[in-house]
Order: sequence, then C-alpha cells, then structure tokens
Amino acid sequence: MSRFNHNTTVLALLCAFFFLLPLPLRAQSESEEINTKQIVLGHIGDAYEWHMGTFGGWECTIPLPIIVHSPTSGWHCFSSARLHDEGAEFEGLRIAEEGPYEGKIVERQADGSDLRPLDLSMTKTAAGLLINSLLIIVLILGCARWYRRRRPDSPAPRGFVGMIEALVSTLVEDLIKPCVGPSYRRFAPYLLTVFCFILINNLMGLIPIFPGGANVTGNIAVAFILALATFLAVNLFGRRTYWKEIFWPDVPTWLKIPIPIIPLIEFVGIFTKPFALMIRLFANIMAGHAVILSLTCVVFVTAKMGTLINGSMTVVSVFFSIFMNCLELLVAFLQAYVFTLLSAVFIGLAQEEGHTETEIKPSNHLKS
Amino acid sequence: MGLLQPESGLVFWMLLSFAVVFVLVAKYGFPVILRAIDSRKEYIDSSLDAAKKAERKLDGIRAEGEALREAAEARQREILQDAAETRERIVQEAKRKADAEGQRIVAAARQQAVAEREAILQDARQQVALLAVAISEKLLREKLADETSQTQLAERLFDEFEQHQNTERS
Repeated sequence: MSRFNHNTTVLALLCAFFFLLPLPLRAQSESEEINTKQIVLGHIGDAYEWHMGTFGGWECTIPLPIIVHSPTSGWHCFSSARLHDEGAEFEGLRIAEEGPYEGKIVERQADGSDLRPLDLSMTKTAAGLLINSLLIIVLILGCARWYRRRRPDSPAPRGFVGMIEALVSTLVEDLIKPCVGPSYRRFAPYLLTVFCFILINNLMGLIPIFPGGANVTGNIAVAFILALATFLAVNLFGRRTYWKEIFWPDVPTWLKIPIPIIPLIEFVGIFTKPFALMIRLFANIMAGHAVILSLTCVVFVTAKMGTLINGSMTVVSVFFSIFMNCLELLVAFLQAYVFTLLSAVFIGLAQEEGHTETEIKPSNHLKS
Repeated sequence: MGLLQPESGLVFWMLLSFAVVFVLVAKYGFPVILRAIDSRKEYIDSSLDAAKKAERKLDGIRAEGEALREAAEARQREILQDAAETRERIVQEAKRKADAEGQRIVAAARQQAVAEREAILQDARQQVALLAVAISEKLLREKLADETSQTQLAERLFDEFEQHQNTERS
C-alpha cells in the first residue's frame, strides 16, 4: 500500500514538472517561429563555435579556433568569437549566409565572387573529436599502465580496468580471433582501437552537455577515415590468395575472358565494402541524433497549441526521448561492434591462405 | 547535400587524431593489455598444472603414509603377539622350573627323611641290640650259674647253628 502511495506521488510530481516546464519557454516561442529543421541540421552538421544553449538571452558559447589558408591572403588563425555576430567579417573572411557555401567561411575576392579557402578550422566536431581522442588515450594508456605495474601473479583487476579487460578479452576471443584467423594477433590492436574509438565517440555524442554532444561518428568525414583505415588494413596486408580471388577467381573461364565480368565485380567489391561500413556508421549515428533532437523539439513545436496538448506532448516527448536515448546507447555499442566485426571479417578474408576455408570461417561466425 | 560531403578540415583533424590515437593506443595500450591477459592466463594454467601435480603427489604421499601405517600396525600386532607368546613361554618355563625345583626339593627332603629314618632305625636297632645283649647277659648270668645249663646252652646253640647252616645251603 505504501509502495502504491509512493508511486502515485512520484507520478504526480513528474506530471506537475512536465506541465510547468513549458511555461517559461512559451513567452519566447510566441515571439519567433521554431525551425525544427534548422535546429536538427544545425546540430548534426558542424559549426565554428560550440553553442551550448541560450539562457534568458545570454548565449553560452565556447569559441573555437578558426584556421584557414587562402590562396590570395595566406594563413589566418583567430577565434570564432570574431565571427559570432551575424554578418561579421574579420580579415576579409565571413561565414556565408547563402549560396553553395552556406554556413562555411568564405573570402570575398576582388571580382566580388566568394572563394572558399582551405578550411582547417577546429570546428565543433573536430574539437569533440580531439576531446574524445584524448579521453581514449588516457583511458587505454591508464589501463596499460595498471598492467605494466603488475606481475602475472597479481590478482585480476577490478573496477574500470576489469571492465576494459573483460571488454578486450571478449572482443579478442569472440570476435577478432574467429574472424581474422591465425594472424589475429597482428590486427587485434587496430581492431580494438577502432572499436574503442567508435564506442567512445558514440557514447560521448549522447551526452548533451559540453564535453559530449558533438555529432562525431555521425559525420561522414569521420566515418570516411575509419572506413579508409579498414580499407588500407584489408588491402595493404592482403595475401596472394586474396588478390587471386579478385583478378582470377575460381569461376568458368568465359566469365573472366574476354570480358572480365567477375573480376570487375570483385574489384568494385573492394571499394563497396568499406563504403558500406562508412554509410552504416554515419547514417545510424546521425539518424539517432536526429530522432532524439526531433523528439525534444516536439515540446517547443507544440507550445503554441495550448497547455493541454503541449503538456501531454511534453510527457510523450520526454518518455520517447528517454526510450530513444536508451536505444541509442545500444546502437552506440552495436555500431562499434558491427564496424569492428565487419572489419575483422574483411581482414580475415584477405588473410586466408587456401581457397577451401574462404567461405566457411566468416559465415560460421556470423551464424553463431 | 552538405551532410554527405566530407569537409576537408574535418578529414584533416580526423586523420590526425585517429593516427595519434592509433599509434599510441595500438602500440602502448592494447598490446600491453593483451600480453598481460595472456601471461595471466599462462600463469593460471601453470598454477592449475602445479596444483594438479601437487595433489597427485599428495595422494602418493597419503597412500605411502597409509601403507606405512598399515605396516606399522602389522608389525605392532606381530610384536604384541610375540610378546604374548614369549610371556606365555616364560611363565610356562618358570612354572616348569618351579615344579621341577619343588619336586627336586620334595625328593631331596624325602630322601633325607628316609636316610634319617634309616639312621634312626639303625641307631635304634643298635640300642635294642645292645639292650638285648645286656639283658641276655644278665639273663645268662642268672641262668648259667651252674654247669649244666651252660652245656645245655652250648649244645642248643650248636644245633641251631647247624640248622641255620642247613637251611642256607638248601
């Protein structure tokens, strides 16, 4: 009975909270239209500054360094705070408001046209990337340090190091070893690095406040480099059998000569595999961020529709946001796992010595 | 679509940070962890092996101890049995000896008694003989006061002697 009372109290408080929450926001939302598309795309895209929120007219923004190299005026390096105000211009550079380079830094040329200089600015995504990379280095090297200080007969690690050890040994035993095959030791550090890199970036992306919140792995450039790394790992270390399978596969000769149909398909396959890796990671993480943001925006979009609808939609929005965040936690892990798994399978295929085992090993693992 | 176009700046930063992370973590991070896990695994394996060996050895020692104990018990039983037998024998021997000694003492005593009795009888006989001679002397003195009776006696003695001679001869 007391438990029931307790539950109802919590529920009542939650409802009161949800109904009161939109009230201060209403004044603002009435004055200007909420542009959901802009909010969502603004977040999942990139920005020159790290905007954290606007609190009663005070914008909380972390300025980030802008580094550009223009063929006409050379290197420029300054804080993004100088371009914060709309239409601001610094050293001939400004953020384009429209045109093909919308939202990017452009330089007005002498003939009046806009030129986009080489842009190496540390944008929000880049800054998030650096923070997360630092975090990975600290975590993993911290663990390694823990091991360096101990001997084999010391007790097994507990706490965080124990968690990392469990993760690492699970990945090595259940994923890398069966997928890559006998030479797994050579590729284990790379695959583990990729896994940690994607996982940490995914998880940090789910944290809505400063050090996290950047849509790193949901950015195509990041996914592209990761896929490129796997592409290099597969093709640079591919054995003779792997190349023979591509250019002279075991199929009837008329499929290879005079028109090399199968070799062509195989050759295209070299590029489609990492491309699929890239798109899968990018699309999954970007979509997750977009869905969570859209659900959050429901609160503000419905603000004009009256207290009842807004209040009920707020409850719905918060519950769905919680659900989506939990789902995204799963997806964060899953995408890291899938990327590592497929990388391991591709590397394993390129490491095969004989032809007979080629189809057996990876498919066996995927089934189990 | 801007989202699908990799930004050159971001590609640069990503390349840089991923390269740095990869070099540091894949060289100084994971190999150390993997080696540590492997060496711990080896250590556990060898410890298990050693424990198994020790157990087997312990089993051997236990069996040996058991055998030793059994042997000791058997020996103890043997010794006890021996001791019992020896005691029995000694007692028997002692008894036998005591019996023999007793018999010997009794026999000696008996012999001595016989000898003493013999001596006493001898002595008594002698005394009686002396007494008889004395008495006979006195009697003879009274009876043989005259001549006739002396002759008579001599004759009779002679006869008796003869008679005795005859009986002995036959």
